[in-house]
Amino acid sequence: MKILNTFAFFAATFLASSSAFAAGGAVADEFKWMTFAVFGVIIAITMAITFWAARTTHTTSEFYAAGRSVSGIQNGWAIAGDYLSAASFLGIAGLISLYGFDGFMYSVGWLVAYITVLLVIAEPCRNIGKYTMGDILAFRNDPKKTKVVAALSTITVSTFYLTAQMVGGGVLIKTLIGIDYEISVIGVGLLMLAYVVFGGMKATTWVQITKAVLLVMASLLLVFLVWSPYGFSLPAYLKAVIGDDKVIAQVAKLLGSAAATMSKEELGQRFLEPGLFLKNPIDQISLGMALVLGTAGMPHILMRFFTVPSAQAARTSVIWAMAIIGGFYVLTLFLGTGAAMLVGPAKIAGIDPGGNMAGPLLAQYLGGGANSLLGNFFLAFVAAVAFATIVAVVAGLVLASASAMAHDIYVGVIKGDRASQKEQVVAARVSSLIVGLMAITVGILAKGQNVAHLVALAFAVAASSNLPAVFLTLYWKKCNTTGIIAGMLIGSITAIGLVMISPNMTYPKAVLSAAKKVMEGEPAVEAKAAILGEGLKCELFAVCPKAEPAKPAQAAKPGAPEKKAGLQAKLAIATDAAEKAKIEKDIVGLDKTITKAEDDLKKFAGQTTSMMGLEKPFFLLKNPGLLSIPLGFLCVILFSLVTRDKRAEEMWDELYVRQNTGINAEGANVH
Amino acid sequence: MSKREMNWAAIDTDPRFQELHRKKTSFLWGLMLLSTVYYFMLPIGAAYFQDLFKIKVWGVVNVGILFALSEFVVAWTIAFVYSRKANTEFDIMAQAIIADAHKLGV
Repeated sequence: MKILNTFAFFAATFLASSSAFAAGGAVADEFKWMTFAVFGVIIAITMAITFWAARTTHTTSEFYAAGRSVSGIQNGWAIAGDYLSAASFLGIAGLISLYGFDGFMYSVGWLVAYITVLLVIAEPCRNIGKYTMGDILAFRNDPKKTKVVAALSTITVSTFYLTAQMVGGGVLIKTLIGIDYEISVIGVGLLMLAYVVFGGMKATTWVQITKAVLLVMASLLLVFLVWSPYGFSLPAYLKAVIGDDKVIAQVAKLLGSAAATMSKEELGQRFLEPGLFLKNPIDQISLGMALVLGTAGMPHILMRFFTVPSAQAARTSVIWAMAIIGGFYVLTLFLGTGAAMLVGPAKIAGIDPGGNMAGPLLAQYLGGGANSLLGNFFLAFVAAVAFATIVAVVAGLVLASASAMAHDIYVGVIKGDRASQKEQVVAARVSSLIVGLMAITVGILAKGQNVAHLVALAFAVAASSNLPAVFLTLYWKKCNTTGIIAGMLIGSITAIGLVMISPNMTYPKAVLSAAKKVMEGEPAVEAKAAILGEGLKCELFAVCPKAEPAKPAQAAKPGAPEKKAGLQAKLAIATDAAEKAKIEKDIVGLDKTITKAEDDLKKFAGQTTSMMGLEKPFFLLKNPGLLSIPLGFLCVILFSLVTRDKRAEEMWDELYVRQNTGINAEGANVH
Repeated sequence: MSKREMNWAAIDTDPRFQELHRKKTSFLWGLMLLSTVYYFMLPIGAAYFQDLFKIKVWGVVNVGILFALSEFVVAWTIAFVYSRKANTEFDIMAQAIIADAHKLGV
């Protein structure tokens, strides 16, 4: 009863706070009640799940691994729910709506990543592991040392990912329904805490399954509505997309002066061709490496394989996850292009420059538009799915961090593996609470920060530190404790260090000069010949000239205030109402640009260097994986070769036989 | 399930286990290599073979889009091929070893 009351309290607080602070956002005020009703239904469903799960969550195996009673199919849906974060669900549809082909290409790596999970990680981890990545590494290496490093790495990776989710979630909810950022973050945090602390892995699993089912249903419905007018023909549909004036205008805008010589048809077709967004192939390959190898090293994904009864069920779950995740990304091709054709890239980017609103706006349009009841119901539903997405992903991440703290550090290292069931479960719940409160605090502190690169960084650290350690422990006889520790530390520090000196950071000099250009305009630039780079080194580090294509001459551009004055003069003589409205809209847009530039000029006045004391990036890629992943592997190998570890050698036979056969694997709970 | 003490070294050297190890290793590495090479062909193609990617083959649908879609088909096919092989061959080989595990090397 006490638990029920607490739930009721959380739900009531959240709903009360949401309705009290809602103003602005994509949903019109008169339809807000509907959004909150849909949110309320989804929160009620997840709370019922949590209440049910809490009654059967008493032991450590139940708390961390849902009693290993999750079936393969259920786990497949849960993995999809855990993995399809707001970034991939809203972000990729947005990228496709703004940049066409490049957005779709970006989604591929997120699925291919599961091949690595399926072939080399899922089954052995299920056969060897218990609750955490630390358990797998401690099997044949020094348990205390490896558990400390594994827990540190787990917490680092999860915190990066968690911060990105909390900040992204707060911004998203604010953009959608206008709830204050801080309130959104606290609401998401409290709900997620209720799931994790009371219902452990069982509640988390079913919240993730619910969310994945809702997400797939919503996407199928939208795609059906978008595609059916074209008789489900791909060429006919895409032909309509690229024939749309809004899409053509977007391509012309992206291409700039190069668009002048192209016909409308060519411009439209360009939307389906590469190169509108992803400009640096080396950076692409670097990100691809981090995705393909990092997913298999993500602690919250690894943890999902301990919830199924056997290695066979682990295999089934990856197959299902791949079907759902892959199918979903194919659907996003239609969601993105549909939003581009029906809503228009300019409107999407106007509400959120990253394109995150493409899916929700498409839903609103398909339901009948901004002023219709059904349109707003669709929007409310998609917004609620987005909200469920954030809590589901955050719950999985908090559980992974909490298990590293409680199971690896507290029970494994501090208590020397001597703790009663009850003590362990209490430790797990307390750790969840600590991690959850930390997530809320970090979320609020990081308000307004650019956190988009943190997701890529989380994958890069997982790929450079966790994956080499887990992979080589499982498959290489000579791997040992020193190798694991050195590899994990050097791999993760390199990945983080490279990002600190990369273009992801803010460089005041660049911001100031960009703001100045906005205010004062740009002088004419003469055509530049192509620069021939001096090899790969120059593409990675700012030590020599980087290769650059030829640039055409550019006419001088006026500053924003000058443009504004011109528009105002135009407005004064304009007679047509539609033309007037258009000019007024342009002036509002210019005002925004001017305010932002003025803010930047003030904020960075007098500063010349980034956090790391650099005037411009020293490492030129946004993704460090290309260097840090091979280095992580290399360090595990080298340090293992130069040191000896008797236990690691003696345990090899047992580990290798067990990971391949499943003999003595942790069994399912029998009730 | 109670944990049994096993003679792990004996199982490891058993010819059946060695056979399983050999088959699995070559099969997994083959699939892994195939999927990695196929995946990285996409960003490389998009960057360095744009003329090829732009060729229209099915109405407005060009090689690039078909290639990106084929990435999904190839990933699913690899998953299907692996799970079939594992279900029909590796699991059965492992079962035979598990059944005899406690007899080996005692």
